[in-house]
Amino acid sequence: MSEVAAAGAQVEEPARPVRIVLAKVGLDGHDRGVKVVARALRDAGFEIIYTGLRQTPQMVVEAALQEDAQVIGLSLHSGAHMTLFPAVVEELRRRRAEDIVVFGGGIVPEDDIVELKKQGVAEIFTPGAPLQSIIDWLRNRFPAR
Amino acid sequence: MPERNLLAEFKAGNIRGLARAISLVEQRDPSVRHLLEGLANGARRPRVLGFTGAPGTGKSTLVDALVSNLRESELRVAVLAVDPNSPYSGGAILGDRIRMQRHALDPGVYIRSMGARGHLGGLSVATREAVRLLGAFGFDEVILETVGVGQSELEVAAIADTTLVVLTPGLGDGVQMIKAGIMEIADVFVVNKADLPGAQKTMQEIRSMLSMGPKLSWRAPIVGASAIKGEGVDEVLAAVERHRAHLEASGEAAERAEARLKDEAADLVAEWARAQARRLLDQDEAVAGRLRRDRIPYAAAEEILTRAGGRLVPEAART
Repeated sequence: MSEVAAAGAQVEEPARPVRIVLAKVGLDGHDRGVKVVARALRDAGFEIIYTGLRQTPQMVVEAALQEDAQVIGLSLHSGAHMTLFPAVVEELRRRRAEDIVVFGGGIVPEDDIVELKKQGVAEIFTPGAPLQSIIDWLRNRFPAR
Repeated sequence: MPERNLLAEFKAGNIRGLARAISLVEQRDPSVRHLLEGLANGARRPRVLGFTGAPGTGKSTLVDALVSNLRESELRVAVLAVDPNSPYSGGAILGDRIRMQRHALDPGVYIRSMGARGHLGGLSVATREAVRLLGAFGFDEVILETVGVGQSELEVAAIADTTLVVLTPGLGDGVQMIKAGIMEIADVFVVNKADLPGAQKTMQEIRSMLSMGPKLSWRAPIVGASAIKGEGVDEVLAAVERHRAHLEASGEAAERAEARLKDEAADLVAEWARAQARRLLDQDEAVAGRLRRDRIPYAAAEEILTRAGGRLVPEAART
């Protein structure tokens, strides 16, 4: 057997970048925060698919499935997080895609964070959270292969 | 999703199977071969429309409007939206979906954003395989959308049956600037935002530029449109249909199909060979040593080719 075959011929692969769908769910037009996060994650090497405003949970999940994203990031400042965040998790379950990680950002009280985590939201970042903490959390969750 | 289920998921028409398969293609995973060869429709090719133009010319909005038209004819439509990656971080913000919201829940529409990231054999290899997958999955039309910033539009034009270059009024020197590049790949020119002042002038400039060129069997039509108002969209599709009819009638369609297949095979050989060459160069002291002595790469390259011979096919692609 030649060295070539012994080397276990494999086409060299570029590392798969983590793909993240970022979305604003519900009736909330405050998109400055999500754009800042999108920009920071881009600069940290993530592929961000930004879907824009006024998304329903169904639209967000459909986008994540079509885009083969590993993560969904939700941004919400309207106070409807206790309804909309779990609705996204539930829709993922319905589509048999529970492996997709959901995290959120917005004005979310401590008690709600505890409850949301119980319901399957992996992490919540509140106002003032350093961008680096979001990046670190994602890198920790998805170590480079 | 475990890889062994991929074929089953794909065959069952599960969108996740398709999405995962396209990711494999993007990562240049050689095992995609088995997927494509294992599908009854593996060789079915959809019709491919390519859209390119400067950022902000309204490509996504135009594509959105076109998708609606095609859906009225019950055609299944896939959109591959290619955006540039940052050359520094490798990251990307892919935002083409924003303009295509109304199709978000239509099962007859699939939208996929692709970063133009460092595909080793170039974006074209990955895009071509993605188009194949979409055809096999049952899509009739594939729309390739790409920003004309020099990263990807030429490669994409080589894949599309019809390439549309989207311009807007007021680009001024912009028209001059892109003359040498993307102006030559257009089968159809769309002057979008044609309700803005200067649209006639832009169309006139394109016409004048075309008249300076050689007489070709196909003269690219110039169509004015306002995608956001839905105006001119029928005319754009009509121009596409005329171009398709021209390709068929002139025999160019068959020629291009054969040329594309040959390109595809040659690109695969190049990709596989490059991977093996890298491996030998990194792992084989004889080859590496020769390179160090020679300081010129030709003899080492020849030795690699001679040695690798029939073993160039990556393990995961072998049958």
